[in-house]
Amino acid sequence: MNKTVSIFAWGAVGLLAAAAVGVVAVHRGEPINALWLVVAAACCYALGYRFYSKFIAAKILALDPLRATPAERLENGRDFLVTNKWVVFGHHFAAIAGPGPLVGPVLAAQFGYLPGTMWVLAGAVFAGCVQDFVILLFSVRRDGKSLTEMAQEEIGRVGGFVAYTAVIAILVILLGVVALIVVNALKDSPWGTFTIAMTIPIALLMGLYLRRIRPGKVLEISALGFILVLLAIWGGQWASQHPAMAGVFTLRAPTLAILIMGYGFSASALPVWLLLAPRDYLSTFVKLGTIGLLAVGIVALHPTLHMPALTRFVDGSGPVFAGKIFPFAFITIACGAISGFHALISSGTTPKLIARETQTRMVGYGAMMAESAVAVMAIIAACVLQPGVYFAINSPAGVVGETAAAATATISSWGFPVTAAAMQTLAQAVGEQTLFNRTGGAPAFAVGMAHIFSQSLGGAAVMALWYHFAVMFEALFILTILDAGTRVARFMIQDALGHIYKPLGRTSWYPSILATSALIVAAWGFFLWQGVKDPLGGINSLWPLFGIANQLLATVALCVATTIIVKMYRARYAAVTLVPLAWLVAVTFTASWHKVLDPNPRVGFLAQARVLAAAPATRASAQLVFNNRLDAAVTAVLVVMVTLVLIESVRQWNLVLSGREQASVKESPFVKTRLAEDRG
Amino acid sequence: MNRLSKAGRILLATLREIFDENAYERFLRRTQMASSPKAYGAFRQELEEAKTRRPRCC
Repeated sequence: MNKTVSIFAWGAVGLLAAAAVGVVAVHRGEPINALWLVVAAACCYALGYRFYSKFIAAKILALDPLRATPAERLENGRDFLVTNKWVVFGHHFAAIAGPGPLVGPVLAAQFGYLPGTMWVLAGAVFAGCVQDFVILLFSVRRDGKSLTEMAQEEIGRVGGFVAYTAVIAILVILLGVVALIVVNALKDSPWGTFTIAMTIPIALLMGLYLRRIRPGKVLEISALGFILVLLAIWGGQWASQHPAMAGVFTLRAPTLAILIMGYGFSASALPVWLLLAPRDYLSTFVKLGTIGLLAVGIVALHPTLHMPALTRFVDGSGPVFAGKIFPFAFITIACGAISGFHALISSGTTPKLIARETQTRMVGYGAMMAESAVAVMAIIAACVLQPGVYFAINSPAGVVGETAAAATATISSWGFPVTAAAMQTLAQAVGEQTLFNRTGGAPAFAVGMAHIFSQSLGGAAVMALWYHFAVMFEALFILTILDAGTRVARFMIQDALGHIYKPLGRTSWYPSILATSALIVAAWGFFLWQGVKDPLGGINSLWPLFGIANQLLATVALCVATTIIVKMYRARYAAVTLVPLAWLVAVTFTASWHKVLDPNPRVGFLAQARVLAAAPATRASAQLVFNNRLDAAVTAVLVVMVTLVLIESVRQWNLVLSGREQASVKESPFVKTRLAEDRG
Repeated sequence: MNRLSKAGRILLATLREIFDENAYERFLRRTQMASSPKAYGAFRQELEEAKTRRPRCC
């Protein structure tokens, strides 16, 4: 493009970005259209990619198109494979996009649409995309090594140990909290439970088709499976209205929790390829299709946001979760802005597929932008709801009251009018008995999505189908994460135990499989059970704990990145990772301090334990006291471990910058690529 | 039109990679097997070994 035209074009994008962000930031009073958020996001991503990622690529990483990647040097047709950059992009995006960017922004919408939107945009452009990009490139230059291995090599054994422990901790908390989201979405919902139950025979059918009839034809059977799932959603309506069927599929939260724990154990311990692999494909198919559909729906229907820019709950008194806008908005939204978990994907499969170093920019930085866009869609889905409806769905009974009358009176007294009759009408419209106290974000997202689509495709008549489609979509891929995550954690534990007693490390030795599966399921099952029994809805305690753990892993990843940048003698540009690192340290350490020591019992674990301990003792309250103390201990241990990594990293930087130690990065030796220029 | 068809091919290739169809083809080439229930069983076993160790994001 002609340079002058380019300057004008990018100048126009900059002006549009400024205008859209300005409207989103300063508009007050009247509702605004969702398109402002879409335009602001699109322009910010375009500018971030065009200028910031290019700056990082050129000045810090010095991407070398002539340097052979591990995919080329170590190509084996399995893990290491030269792959088209768009294919790697899609593969990477499918791996990083989970329920996080949908749930976190929905929960954070209690502060209004503004904080979440600003954090998602700025966090992604300046932190999340940068983390994914640099970790991907550093892994590519180290033969696809994992974050744990890089932390051990570049920072030291403390770094490796902390990264490993943080991964296990995050997995356990993540699995507990996502299981709770499914429980909250499916409890007392015969329609939703029936639909999810039907995915089991559908997956078995897909498994048989793949194994016996058309081996390997995954796409065609996934499409067929998708049609069958749609039929199951339609059938769910019948089941919910059939007295006997409705009785079977109407389950209480504790029952669902036990069933999910049993499912997680079976998925980890038994050879259930016939069920799990096809369901994984089905879930991916539905996930990609729904995200695409939602994007088209939001742009085409451009709904109005009813949630104000800022709500009164920025003061920390929010019903969805307690805590002030700083730091809690920034740990509630992790995926979508910055997620430490992404560093595991960027140093996992993806670096082994990259054909040229120059492609890491598009894959690492670009895929995270796409995930951030998903978070913006989730904010829109939550904020199109009337605020009173949003709070009625997301507030636990322990905060707003047990009955519909009490809940609506409490929520209306906050300035967000809602009536019991309106909630009943909405519940009937989406085919549920009630929508009160459905904490966890998934039901609110589902109602928002149904609301958007019912403006056009089929109208209000099919709102129930859209709602249950959204619930099915979230529950299906959360369950996929649950079984895959339990297995990953089991392997990690087995690897570690194998150092103590060799047979325990053997992944085919059944006593070890059963013991480690039980250990992992018991660990996340504990958090799930805690959430189910928590009078404040569980999400209030568990989602911040997950956010803290995830952001602490991002802190470790940024420590690794900054250490490598310093060792590459690019310290003058280290602010690129150092500023997000400093921000995350401020956010996570402040949040951890509040969660452990805040005197408000709705915020601080220990304060809540004290209040519960002071009340008349029952078996349940004794358990709640223990749960809160354990949550406080977990948070404190994570913070101490990450502090050790920070100290060790700063020591490394100091040694290199003061000239007391010769910097040496552990990159693989340069080998010139044999790939033709046109493959980049 | 050319661009559209190229974009379609890339999209299909991406889906085939995500859904392991390409991996199965590579497996068949590498092991010089013809597609069959037995070959697919062997492929799945190999894939499970690697795939179940990969973390997936939240």
